[in-house]
Amino acid sequence: MAQSQPATANEVSGGDAAGRLVRPFALTGGRTRPDRTDFTLITTVTAVDPPPTWGARPQPEHTRILRLCARPIAVAEVAAHLDLPVSVVAIMLCDLLQAERITIHPPHPVSNTPDLDLLQKVRDGLGRL
Amino acid sequence: MAGSDPNTRGTPAPDTVKILIAGGFGVGKTTMVGSVSEIVPLRTEEPLTSAGLKIDDLDGIEKKHATTVALDFGRITISPKLILYLFGTPGQQRFWFMWNDLALGALGAVVLLDVRRPESSFAAIDFFERRDIPFVVGVNGFHGMHPYEPEEIREALALPEGTHVLLCDARERESCRDVLIALIDQLIASSTHVPQQG
Repeated sequence: MAQSQPATANEVSGGDAAGRLVRPFALTGGRTRPDRTDFTLITTVTAVDPPPTWGARPQPEHTRILRLCARPIAVAEVAAHLDLPVSVVAIMLCDLLQAERITIHPPHPVSNTPDLDLLQKVRDGLGRL
Repeated sequence: MAGSDPNTRGTPAPDTVKILIAGGFGVGKTTMVGSVSEIVPLRTEEPLTSAGLKIDDLDGIEKKHATTVALDFGRITISPKLILYLFGTPGQQRFWFMWNDLALGALGAVVLLDVRRPESSFAAIDFFERRDIPFVVGVNGFHGMHPYEPEEIREALALPEGTHVLLCDARERESCRDVLIALIDQLIASSTHVPQQG
């Protein structure tokens, strides 16, 4: 999946040393926090297919996110491919969620009482490496 | 109900879990992530503001930036329904722990240690101990050199009982895999032994 994405990350940010061509928070209408906090690094996002026929045309950045999450992808991966901070990406994902253009899948919950079934699956998977 | 859940037609989203790879500067964290990841490690960066700064106050954020924390991460597909992410904090970052989301919900952590500079990993050990996040210590032997036995290292670090110490080579896939398996085994062991109430 990673390889299939065009190398467009630098369209938005021309490298940190040179300074970003578009400042990250210009993409989020000046907001610095998402309205919802449910976008963790490993929350999976998926574009709704087909997209809703109503609503405003998505911004270019939103369109790029939708392309990335045509199949389920973690928020951290979206941020890495867009070369944007996770906090900025979370705000845009929040917009997309509110516009019903994506669905989200939260990470597997981890509590103090470990999930033995989960751990065994992870162990088996690592054993196959 | 045509639009109730259009995604059910596509690939169902997998469950995700994560393990952190921590330790001091240059100890091999990104190397380890790359050794076991199925993708070339990806990097994402987050500007973190100093503690107490109101994030909504845009004025002065530029000046008050404490640091930019980078994360290198990799992915291991356990099954179509379960994906393990490995997150490593590359470089010399004193503020990685301010990225709260990083530690939240992690299965556990690997603290990599360079025996030539063990003190560079003390902060990471301290961090996980304080937060009761289970971890194993991977002693990354540079050029495959392991001058100390795991037991010596465990004593020197005064690690909590049950914390595994493994000699490893962050460049070797099998070696890194074994460290991760040791962490999972430790998690399984701790869940089957009910801790004694003190």
